[in-house]
Amino acid sequence: MSNAVVQEEPALLSHFDDLQQQDDSTKLGMWTFLATEVMFFGGMFLAYILFRWKYHAGFAEGSLELIWQAGFINTGVLLCSSLSMALAVDFAKLGKLRPLLINLVITMILGSIFLGVKAVEYSIDYRDHLIPGLDFAPHKLVEKLDAAELGHVKLFFVLYFAMTGLHALHMVIGIAAIGILAFMIYRNKFADGTTVESLGLYWHFVDLVWVFLFPLLYLIDLNHNT
Amino acid sequence: MSIAEETRTQTQQGVATSTYPKSNYLTSEHTVASWLLTTDHKRIGILYMISITFFFFIGGSAATLMRLELMTPRGDLLRSDLYNRMFTLHGIVMVFFFLVPAIPAVLGNFFLPMMIGARDLAFPRINLLSWYIYIAGGLFALAAILWGGVDTGWTFYTPYSSMYSNTNVLLAATGVFIAGFSSILTGLNFIVTVHKMRAPGMTWFRMPLFVWAMYATSIIMILGTPVLAITLFLLALERVMRVGIFDPALGGDPILFQHLFWFYSHPAVYIMIIPGFGVVNEIVPCFSRRKIFGYRFMAVAMMAIAILGFLVWGHHMFVSGQSMYAGIVFSIISFLIGVPTAIKVFNWVTTLYKGSVSADTPMLYALGFIGLFLIGGLTGLMLSTLAVDVHVHDTYFVVAHFHYIMVGGQVMAYLGGIHFWWPKITGRMYPEIWGKLSALLVFVGFNLTFFPQFVLGYLGMPRRYHEYPAEFQVFNVLSSAGASILAVGYVLPLVYLLLSLKYGKIAGPNPWGATGLEWQTPSPPTTHNFEETPIVTEDPYEYEIQEGPSV
Repeated sequence: MSNAVVQEEPALLSHFDDLQQQDDSTKLGMWTFLATEVMFFGGMFLAYILFRWKYHAGFAEGSLELIWQAGFINTGVLLCSSLSMALAVDFAKLGKLRPLLINLVITMILGSIFLGVKAVEYSIDYRDHLIPGLDFAPHKLVEKLDAAELGHVKLFFVLYFAMTGLHALHMVIGIAAIGILAFMIYRNKFADGTTVESLGLYWHFVDLVWVFLFPLLYLIDLNHNT
Repeated sequence: MSIAEETRTQTQQGVATSTYPKSNYLTSEHTVASWLLTTDHKRIGILYMISITFFFFIGGSAATLMRLELMTPRGDLLRSDLYNRMFTLHGIVMVFFFLVPAIPAVLGNFFLPMMIGARDLAFPRINLLSWYIYIAGGLFALAAILWGGVDTGWTFYTPYSSMYSNTNVLLAATGVFIAGFSSILTGLNFIVTVHKMRAPGMTWFRMPLFVWAMYATSIIMILGTPVLAITLFLLALERVMRVGIFDPALGGDPILFQHLFWFYSHPAVYIMIIPGFGVVNEIVPCFSRRKIFGYRFMAVAMMAIAILGFLVWGHHMFVSGQSMYAGIVFSIISFLIGVPTAIKVFNWVTTLYKGSVSADTPMLYALGFIGLFLIGGLTGLMLSTLAVDVHVHDTYFVVAHFHYIMVGGQVMAYLGGIHFWWPKITGRMYPEIWGKLSALLVFVGFNLTFFPQFVLGYLGMPRRYHEYPAEFQVFNVLSSAGASILAVGYVLPLVYLLLSLKYGKIAGPNPWGATGLEWQTPSPPTTHNFEETPIVTEDPYEYEIQEGPSV
């Protein structure tokens, strides 16, 4: 057994009876947190759906300003990161440190690519004067629409930035958390299966939010001829 | 002879050793850092107790000013805009910084782990974090008050909070937004603890009903609070971006705000009353020396109220322009909530029946709770009747109903709980005679303050006005007189409870002879609560009527 990787026991916190209880608590804690998150994003989706129904024309104009190809690439990138995260959870359970670390790093890289594409999108929006509160004067639309309709487009972009911004914030937190976890695993030479699995749950949830955001924001009015 | 005296006599006849343990959670460490960085659920409970008491008296001073102003029909003490700021301050502070955290964060934090035989909550550091988040939210709210106040009412209704407001709405909303995460974290911690940390033998239907109450409350906290957070976030977006989300002048929808707001805030009033049920569930069997009647019904009733509570928010909007058919459905579901609620009141009364009832201070508060909550609940049914609600909407009738639940219910229960568990928390007894006096003052003062408001509301006096027609004066004077008695009733416990820390008699582990694992520990408990994990072999509330000397 001299060649086997040294597996330290994870620290059992003093208020738990055994590791099983501690691990179960961590995972249930994450599920409960995700229930909160569903409600958090839910309020925003409700507002979006209501206003899209009320101001359909303006929202369609806004939606067509988005670069759906960028969203498409990002969807692919995120789905791949979900795969690498799922693999990381599996390798953590098997206690295989090297592939576990590789998959965590791949997940971080894919997450960063997503944020990079998003940053490019935001900067193009800035160039096109599409950022409410900062600089909202899209020339093309100003000529075409009246003031009320322009207000609806502006509302679309407020919701667009709020929803994708909130999602991006979750991505940043996720990437940072995975980074810290990977570093701990590398240093302690211990595959902390429960923490990897909990973080995996979080990561998949954030992906899932995007899976709803992408069609609702980018695709929904593609066949709406203007 | 009260239960406490009886038990103490028995102890003195037995082994008369000092029952105040030298090493306990209060004396284990003494530095300020040991309090501010503690992860002990009991110490965090104490931190919360101090903080919410502070906010209670801030909110109370605003109410005092309002009652003073309303002594006369003319607005002579406060200008109208200052009056608006006062009732907003009172509402925001009392709801978000006192009532919501009161029982869960103080008594729940302290006793939930002990009641199920655990050494701490599942996530002690998150528990501490929740207190810091609460304090941060509180500082924002205080800043908004000191900066000139907010005049939207505690509901932040648009367009008061958008078009017509130039006050510090953003600052106050940020405070409420932040404080919300503190209750989410508390709820998350409680849910995981109840699921995963129960001692061997502590099955779901052996848990004390207080734990059930905390569990039901936690479900509302984690599912409702994020919706309030996102609502306030959207409000902030609207104000910063000048875009119409809720403001009709900009193309927004004010009804959307009301839907989103009440989707949280109606369940939130159950966050503010189910914990009160929990406390009364513990006190009533103890001071009746009887097993609680219908244990399972009590547990299920609280869960039912928590779940049905998510389906009734529309009854706040009967006159807001929502569809009549929606109104009918919301009205019917609101009536349904009366069923589990009535079961609870019925079961408390049945527990008392043929019990060996003793009128110690906690019991006085609990009995007061049952009476006042009954009135609050029944007037709630009147308000959920569509036609009646149209008549009394936005009048003092609603104010009185709300305060019968919140103050007559939750505050009475909180004070009852504090008096019930004070010997366990501090290891000391308070002077019983002062306790009884304060309970009596609170009960009398409360009724004198708020019962006249039912009449005022029915006669048509709207809420939130600093002036009123002269014919309403007599009821307003009665109400203000009651408020001053109530104030004395609230200040008294602050004085004698603090004094008891130094001068109180040593309580011993179980002064009330109560069942429940928390009473099997020394008072005050040691840092890890239990020397060994307890093994539970019987149902809760196994009281037997004791044959004692008749008085």
